[in-house]
Amino acid sequence: MEKLLLLGDEAIAQAAIDAGLSGIFGYPGTPSTEITEYIQGSKEAKEKGIRSNWGANEKTAMEAALGMSYAGKRAMFTCKHVGINVAADPFMNSAITGANGGLIYIAADDPSMHSSQDEQDSRFFADFAMIPVLEPSNQQEAYDMVHYAFDLSEEFHIPVMIRITTRLAHSRAGVVRRAQRVQNEIKLHENPKQFILLPAIARKQYRELLAKQEPLMKAAQTSGYNKFIPGKDKSLGIIACGLSYNYLMENFQNEVCPYPILKITQYPMPEEMVNQIYEECDSILVLEEGQPLYERLLRGLLNKGKKVMGRLDGSIPRDGELNPAIVGSALGLPVSKGLPIPSIVAPRPPKLCVGCPHIDSYNAINEAMVEYGVGKVFSDIGCYTLGALPPYNAIYSTVDMGASITMAKGAAEAGLRPAVAVIGDSTFTHSGMTGLLDCVVDNVPVTVLILDNETTGMTGSQDSSATGRIEAICQGIGVHPDHIRVLNPLKKFHEENLKVVKEELAYQGVSVIIPRRDCIVAANKKRKAAKA
Amino acid sequence: MKIDIILCGVGGMGALSTAAIISKAALDMGMYMKQAETHGMSQRGGDVQSHLRLSDKEIASDLIPDGQCDLILSVEPMEALRYLNFLNKDTGWVITNENPFINIPNYPEKEEVIAEVKKVKNSIVFDADQIAREAGNPKGTNMVVLGAASKYLRIDIEKLEDAIKDIFSRKGEAIVNANIDALRAGRKVADNI
Repeated sequence: MEKLLLLGDEAIAQAAIDAGLSGIFGYPGTPSTEITEYIQGSKEAKEKGIRSNWGANEKTAMEAALGMSYAGKRAMFTCKHVGINVAADPFMNSAITGANGGLIYIAADDPSMHSSQDEQDSRFFADFAMIPVLEPSNQQEAYDMVHYAFDLSEEFHIPVMIRITTRLAHSRAGVVRRAQRVQNEIKLHENPKQFILLPAIARKQYRELLAKQEPLMKAAQTSGYNKFIPGKDKSLGIIACGLSYNYLMENFQNEVCPYPILKITQYPMPEEMVNQIYEECDSILVLEEGQPLYERLLRGLLNKGKKVMGRLDGSIPRDGELNPAIVGSALGLPVSKGLPIPSIVAPRPPKLCVGCPHIDSYNAINEAMVEYGVGKVFSDIGCYTLGALPPYNAIYSTVDMGASITMAKGAAEAGLRPAVAVIGDSTFTHSGMTGLLDCVVDNVPVTVLILDNETTGMTGSQDSSATGRIEAICQGIGVHPDHIRVLNPLKKFHEENLKVVKEELAYQGVSVIIPRRDCIVAANKKRKAAKA
Repeated sequence: MKIDIILCGVGGMGALSTAAIISKAALDMGMYMKQAETHGMSQRGGDVQSHLRLSDKEIASDLIPDGQCDLILSVEPMEALRYLNFLNKDTGWVITNENPFINIPNYPEKEEVIAEVKKVKNSIVFDADQIAREAGNPKGTNMVVLGAASKYLRIDIEKLEDAIKDIFSRKGEAIVNANIDALRAGRKVADNI
């Protein structure tokens, strides 16, 4: 078969197309975005009629994926790790309803927080919901596992999580394709009550979920994705999860690893295999790209068994992603070193692009806020979060999608005046609208700036559900039309924009200001596309 | 045969397209390759880097281990220094454009930066912007640097030219030729050293 050069994300997308996908659902988030983008750009996907628009947020997207599975077709959901928090409700409960058509949830985790606010490990969520996980260690496995995961999902009527991390998502390698499978026809589940989680039915369904755990563990034992690799030196056994297996092997390029290895890429953790390595070896090193989930389980609360090494005993740093040197050091191997980085090398932090409309918005906000003092502007997740850095130093919070409006509300209710929220257009329709409704219902004095660049900017210009709808949404929610003000954030309009911001800051009710101008990156892309 | 390369620069300077060209050439030669990139927030005027690993055997890690990089290829001199911890200090090469890209207030003196690059045992630091202009492709700095590096890549320059043709074909023949001219001009620099 044909060999393609693909990012881990793209390998997943191509596999889904080949495995009979009917729809992909998600919300952009680094490092997951390229999965959906690949399908949106794929000629094959278009010919096959695979639906691929972005959802308003992860919850709406996951529920739509569940609906497609309900109808009997194969569906995939994608998000970054924190997106699983937003989708937690359907995530937990779809484990109990189970799937009909094959259903895959992709969680792309970001250890070391390259582009995230935390480094939560999505395997905890899957363990919590009791759904199986596949954790590919390379691009080819990522491709192959999508095919397997759809089959597993349909065999056990359960959603399957594929968990990847940044280094796999954004690393390219050659991938061999498989034969294509046709899409499923619409076919409802034979049990018409499967998706009705009334308590009486949910209890029964939940017991079914519990009963699936044993056979799912057997599947993890026999599928071939988990491998026991014998070794002569039994002083140490190594359990290497997902990508960490590569870093382990990097340390044994020209020789065979002397220690027995258990390579784990499928969960629930296969107990028999774990027992084998535990019994055989004097001590165990657990390598996990993320948080020490299985290290903690293996060691137990009292840590009275065999010596278990990993992130909890300091053999490996407690936070951050792994690399070959970290794994080599944990094994006591000599680690090669390069040259020292000269002290003159200065950091080059990300910043707002030249010509970015947010710059003009922050200039107006900062000047208007001078008379009120610092600490009163709450913000959100997006490019405009860079307003926290010099030269702007304009915002004082960024916590989770939508939290700017609701935190400003709570602070206003505590008496803080003015309480200002700065949120992007896509983040507003993701999770800001309901918070704005709370403000209106309680009539709390907040000034909400919706920086509308008519795209989802930070993740590379994906369509925004907000485009063309913001004023209507705000009016519909109940913001008075006199206090919905649209600005053009350009330097030449600074004085008039400043005047509007000042007026609305003084207003003791809910007001919305919408500085609207195209993202400069998206505008350039559009111009180039028009030329070509 | 195995070669580990770090390609670096600042977002928008073409470091990642260079990576794509080498990758394509390597894949066409039947080599194994892995190429890890930085995406997302760091691209907004921040530093970008790509770990590119080529081998005739299967490659384990997507990341190059510290001290094992054969070649740092940079379109900006301070960025070349940022990854020296990865460089093989005995056999590794640094090949970089000499012109700073200054978008931070605390950028060091250019002379100091160049002096640090020259401290590396094997380095080529040159005015790739000037050579790109002379070759008639002022935007081709990344191709000039790639051309200079091609001498040490163990990939035939013809293969790189084929990859350029393939990758830029969508943009028309003029763009393809401009990039190939810049590539050849860069190669001349390395040949004359």
